[in-house]
Amino acid sequence: MADRSFSVAKLPGFTATAIIVFAALYLPIFTLVGYSFNANQSVAVWGGFSLDWYAKAWANTQVKDATVLSLIIAVTAAVIATAVATLAALGTTRRKKFRGETFIYVMINQPLMVPEIVTAVTLLIFFGIIKQATGIQGIGYVILAHAAFCIPFAYLPIRARLEGMDLSLETAATDLYASSWQTFRFVTLPLLLPGVIAGAMLAFVISLDDVVITEFVKSGGQDTLPTYMLGQMRRQMTPEINAVSTMLLVLTVVLLTAFFFLTRKNDQ
Amino acid sequence: MTQVNAVEARNVVKAFGQGDNTVRALNDVSVEIRKGEFFTLLGPSGCGKTTLLRLIAGFEMPTSGTILLEGADITYLPPNKRPVNTVFQSYALFPHLSVAQNVGFGLQMQGRPKKEVDETVARMLALVKLEPMANRKTSQLSGGQQQRVALARALAPKPKVLLLDEPLSALDLKLRKEMQIELKRLQTETGITFVFVTHDQEEALTMSDRIGVMSAGKLQQVGAPKDIYTRPVNRFVASFIGETNFLSATAESGAARLGTGDLVELPGLTGSGSVTVTVRPEQVRLVDPAEAGAIAATVKTLVYFGTDTHCHLALKDGTEVVARLQSPATGEAGLAQGQSVGLRFAAGAAQIVED
Repeated sequence: MADRSFSVAKLPGFTATAIIVFAALYLPIFTLVGYSFNANQSVAVWGGFSLDWYAKAWANTQVKDATVLSLIIAVTAAVIATAVATLAALGTTRRKKFRGETFIYVMINQPLMVPEIVTAVTLLIFFGIIKQATGIQGIGYVILAHAAFCIPFAYLPIRARLEGMDLSLETAATDLYASSWQTFRFVTLPLLLPGVIAGAMLAFVISLDDVVITEFVKSGGQDTLPTYMLGQMRRQMTPEINAVSTMLLVLTVVLLTAFFFLTRKNDQ
Repeated sequence: MTQVNAVEARNVVKAFGQGDNTVRALNDVSVEIRKGEFFTLLGPSGCGKTTLLRLIAGFEMPTSGTILLEGADITYLPPNKRPVNTVFQSYALFPHLSVAQNVGFGLQMQGRPKKEVDETVARMLALVKLEPMANRKTSQLSGGQQQRVALARALAPKPKVLLLDEPLSALDLKLRKEMQIELKRLQTETGITFVFVTHDQEEALTMSDRIGVMSAGKLQQVGAPKDIYTRPVNRFVASFIGETNFLSATAESGAARLGTGDLVELPGLTGSGSVTVTVRPEQVRLVDPAEAGAIAATVKTLVYFGTDTHCHLALKDGTEVVARLQSPATGEAGLAQGQSVGLRFAAGAAQIVED
């Protein structure tokens, strides 16, 4: 062989494997999007092109209410989780090494390790006790639950950004008469911002599509978009679900793309 | 003393670690740095020079001892309260700010009015010849330009002392030479006290008014470059700064007797016992072996350096001595390997050093 360097692409079956994997990843999504334009009542039998299901979903007040609630929860939970995660990341990277640092790190990432259903049941019981004792109801419980499991998702990119940031920049700021607050405000935070935005976006997206924990924690009439869709599918499946899913998909893709360009510009 | 020192360290100890793992980075260091001088802390890596600089800047607090700035105790003052600025080895320029914003950062944090900040920034950029770069990002600058921004940023708030932590080590040789001259010019023009840390003895000799040589957490010698070079107090200082020969000898009255039996005149030497004699290679003269008082030697190897040649000689007892000689003019026959020669030390060149 003329070219002796190793390349995975030259292994037998590489192209075929790649095509199969990509098909497995994206074919179901394309099918879902395709059938959202189905004129037929069925989600599986093609009956011609139509935008009816989008119009129907748009006019459906239940879908609208669920969407608004989902957005309220996702935005609030993402803000809370990002604020907490930023403090946690600063606390675990911007100080001297301390005993039990690894333990703290694992504790912060606990929601990533504990099975979601366990967290869901735990929160259901825990919040039940609080509701019983205080009598306080409302959407706050769902927001708190979402904020809790979003923290590690916000924490990881912020911590990664901080670890890549030279501590001598903050030292230089204090040398140039900046107080602790000024150092944070004018040096640490602006440099950390891409990480904070990444963390917030990730937390938002994770909160937006959560089903398991929401289903357990929510009270009656507190349907988010995912739990509403789950409820619909128990009754009857129409391409309306496809239409809603497609819109959710588009929202997520737009957000992530915006985020990608935003951080790339900031890194230059 | 009529004038207050710019910086004074008194019996400073800095220990890192705990229990048996304690390392004394600074072991009872006292030094006085005068106002307006270019003072260099010179030593090999790990000798404590950077630690001393960080203590003056306030990034670390000493385990014991006192640090004074113009007579005032600043030992436990946080760095943002000290009228002292630092040029960092990595420059530590703020990547999210422009060149002008970097230079103005200190003044802005001090809450100076915008007009004053703008004027000072313009003056500083002119001082380091970077006016056209004012609005660039620091990442768009070359290493030498970044270095100048770091200097301008540290000088802008008019510190009482400017600390420089090996700022030239990242630059290539040619740029480093330019920046040495540039730094000296800035120091003269601003009149600010510079405390410069380096492990490069040549850099220290060419730039400093005074040098403090450090080793193993202790200050070995403080003095003008010429004093340190010509009158090193101990073996470490003699060998760290420039090249030198060490010869074992026995002390006699007014002279030291080498292992070969030859006498080296050392007025003022008294006592007995073994001593170490040091002579710089350029102070070794080659003479006719028959001359009275000449020490017999054989040429072993010749190393050509362009203008100079290093001549490695062996004495009768095998001791090696290096002589630095001017290379012979073209066409002239020089020394040959194996040639027998006599050597003599220039008057006053030989000295006794402590081990």
